[in-house]
Amino acid sequence: MKILVTAKRVEDPESKIKVKPDGSGIVQEGLKYKINPFDEIGVEEGLRLVAKHQGEVVVVSIGGKEVQEQLRHALAMGAHRAVWVNHTGPLDQLGIAGLLQKVTEKEKPDLVILGKQSIDDDQNQVGQYLAEFLGWGQATFASKVESMESEQEKNKVPALTVTADGKAVRVIREVDNGLATLECQLPAVVTTDLRLNTPRYASLPGIMKAKSKPIEELTPEKLGVDVTPKIQIVKLSSPPARKAGIKVPDVATLVDKLRNEAKVV
Amino acid sequence: MPIVLIVAEQQPDGHLRKASLNAITAGKQLADKAGAELHIALIGKDPAKVADELKGTGAKAVHVGAAPELEHYLAETYAPVLATLATELKADYVGMASTAQGKDLLPRLAARLKAAMATDVTGLNGSGADITFNRPMWAGNVFAEVKLTTPVKVFTVRATEFAAAGTGEGAAEVKAFAPKVEASKTKFVEFKEVKSARPELTEAKVVISGGRGTKGDFKEIEALADELGAAVGASRAVCDAGWVPNDLQVGQTGKVVAPSLYIAAGISGAIQHLAGMKSSKTIVAINKDAEAPIFQVADYGIVADLFKVLPELRSELQKLK
Amino acid sequence: MEFQLTEDQRALQQAARKYAREVVRPKAAHYDETATFPRDLLATAFELGLLNMAAPVEYGGVGLSHLDQTIVAEELSWGCAGVATSIIANDLANLPIILHGSEDQKKRLLSHFAERLKFSSFCLTEPEAGSDVANMQTTARREGDEYVINGAKCFITNGGHAEQYTVFATVDKTKRHKGITCFVVEGRPAGLTVSKHENKMGQRASDTVSLTFEDVRVPVKNRIGEEGQGFAIAMATLDNSRPLTAMFSVGIARAALEHSMEYASQRKTFGKPIIEHQAIQFMIADMAMNTHAARMLTYESAWLLDQGQRNTLQSSYAKSFAADMAMKVATDAVQVYGGYGYIKEYPVEKLMRDAKLIQVYEGTSQVQRLVIAKELFR
Repeated sequence: MKILVTAKRVEDPESKIKVKPDGSGIVQEGLKYKINPFDEIGVEEGLRLVAKHQGEVVVVSIGGKEVQEQLRHALAMGAHRAVWVNHTGPLDQLGIAGLLQKVTEKEKPDLVILGKQSIDDDQNQVGQYLAEFLGWGQATFASKVESMESEQEKNKVPALTVTADGKAVRVIREVDNGLATLECQLPAVVTTDLRLNTPRYASLPGIMKAKSKPIEELTPEKLGVDVTPKIQIVKLSSPPARKAGIKVPDVATLVDKLRNEAKVV
Repeated sequence: MPIVLIVAEQQPDGHLRKASLNAITAGKQLADKAGAELHIALIGKDPAKVADELKGTGAKAVHVGAAPELEHYLAETYAPVLATLATELKADYVGMASTAQGKDLLPRLAARLKAAMATDVTGLNGSGADITFNRPMWAGNVFAEVKLTTPVKVFTVRATEFAAAGTGEGAAEVKAFAPKVEASKTKFVEFKEVKSARPELTEAKVVISGGRGTKGDFKEIEALADELGAAVGASRAVCDAGWVPNDLQVGQTGKVVAPSLYIAAGISGAIQHLAGMKSSKTIVAINKDAEAPIFQVADYGIVADLFKVLPELRSELQKLK
Repeated sequence: MEFQLTEDQRALQQAARKYAREVVRPKAAHYDETATFPRDLLATAFELGLLNMAAPVEYGGVGLSHLDQTIVAEELSWGCAGVATSIIANDLANLPIILHGSEDQKKRLLSHFAERLKFSSFCLTEPEAGSDVANMQTTARREGDEYVINGAKCFITNGGHAEQYTVFATVDKTKRHKGITCFVVEGRPAGLTVSKHENKMGQRASDTVSLTFEDVRVPVKNRIGEEGQGFAIAMATLDNSRPLTAMFSVGIARAALEHSMEYASQRKTFGKPIIEHQAIQFMIADMAMNTHAARMLTYESAWLLDQGQRNTLQSSYAKSFAADMAMKVATDAVQVYGGYGYIKEYPVEKLMRDAKLIQVYEGTSQVQRLVIAKELFR
């Protein structure tokens, strides 16, 4: 089984994002970067599937030279090889999905796993675009019945299982008010939700081995994709700052304020 | 005249998903700005009942497509049907509420329509052909004003940012159409409703979250949540420690909530957590540490032990009844 | 000259930092308080390859360079110096085998550490032979294909949990350091007993015990090097491990610095955060500058080893400077916290207790200065 997983480079969720005074972008200085947490969950799920069904996990990232760091991270977790689409400059979801479509057609995986969204753009679109472009089935927001990855949890039926005949993948999805189960014929596209799994740590031997794993370099030109953005960011702004409120001396005052000032109880 | 098409959603139990009404309001605002007509689309196995409800929301027309193959929602069957409808209507804008279905369906629909898309729209600007959308990025730490440059423009709407449309105004023309349903490579297996006595975190009007200060003891938090009909949340530290399930995590990598009242008990207020709750209307912080960053976003703070404050708060609230 | 970590080094640093932040930190106070063995933390360390970083890849280790090891060591100690000491103990105990073992010994005595979580202890110090190693009282008497070991060792890290011991003993007391010989004791043979778990001031998560050897039999094939080579082996081992202990100081100091910066920006006196008072700014600037200076000294001492050069002088510079620095920085952190700094609910008093040990173990700060002086006048 061959699984293609995305590994987008995003700002560390712990870092404080500040908008430039002219609204043209965010302040890059001092930011740390990581693999998109939802993509990391995808890498973990890919590794678990391959551990059970053999095969390989190929990771793909789009961006400048720096995205190799995220690819190496996925390789250190255990992914087998990487594809780097070298592109600097603006890119929207249509462009990303177009590039991934070409990479997918080239790699011919049985399954593409993507994070349900990246924590920078928060668009939640690429997996679905990609599935449509490829004409494949999609199962978004793959999740687990229960959330905790305790020992018992690890032993439960995973949210992503390959059917006995090896021709489809059964996915438990997190939707409004419940869980929906779908069965997608392979090849298919799956996007991950937060509770699908807890990604493993990259081990030291994994990091050392990752050094010698291959990273193939591609470009939008080589893939023949026009990535001119169709989404223009006019301006970025900070949400209105909350001003610190007041400290109240006791519960009675709090209840009074909540009732008569904020009118929420 | 340009056309704005809003997709309404029917729940598995046959009722209209309420967030559809908020999306219709966004659609109306957009139609006003763009000088467009508002249309509503509704498809499913048996959408007739819901169609009546949508008649009075002020749209020009409600397009209703019924087909037995549409019994269970699948992006692969719904997207082509809606794409065909949007193309036939020459819709310029296609929108839907940012529900799980909306988020699954609309990007696939957008791909069919070769359209760019804005997710979780919180506001609209401009007029005529020059419309821009506001939407959150970086978990709401940044808001972007974006312009979509494809001929058809697709968007989902953050329901909490738009009022629900009334159902009593005007009488839209209900136009039935016969959807041609494509074969799907995906099969619906089952839907399990997760019944909780408490509301969904992201839909709740009141959320009470516990942090490290609880030392894992959520009894008082749950008791107060029951009193207020609130949802229970938690900080990442608490989930990581294994004290409560991960699905309670409020924060950038957890759930992003915006209730009318958010009570943070024993939460210090790491950036990660603030990103998930600072759009709440009123924030109350309870923490022993007067210097905890949570107080910088809280409307009302109490510097005290949560195990003392929460029971007291519960009995004070009971008295109000 | 390069003053930047490579991409791989950054990856190692991130992996160790993630372990330290997410696995070690949440439990550091608990293990400090209870002084119990952090087996769960060490099990995760084993899975991540942290426990056997130094052994070459062909013998089941990770084969990290010395510089890479110090980069990891800073993160581990930042998480908890006691846990870091326990983690590094395996590499310390196995260094004599790595450096001087035969092919057969490396295969037999190193490789099995990759199979499962196992501990190994370095047994050099004795009640009467600490800095004065030549005064060793533990003896090894040859009997046919075996040596028979008798004596006592103290301050042995992980000694209560180890399944292999690297033991230094003398074959002839009259020869002083020229009689010292290195042996590997496998398992827990008859006659080897743990006599006492020490109740330490700091680094309480690490297990520190006294051991007694009563007619403990070791096959000749487990003798590392020749008879009388033990002293040189021990010194070479300590030259190798000194950058790591130096870096433990840097980890502690960085933790103290970060806590102080955070506290100083939150705590208000006279209407403003205390970081706006110059007295605090100066303290924090000193903490940051000394932490960084110690890190650079340590990197250099490790880099020299990687170049195959002797680093005795530089590693003693690093160890004594870093240990004294960490003690000062941790003490200042308590000062920045004021009264709260002295309270166990806050994290900085632990750092002060943890730092103290580094001035004492693996060559006290005074012994390091003796070495430095000796090297300078060589």
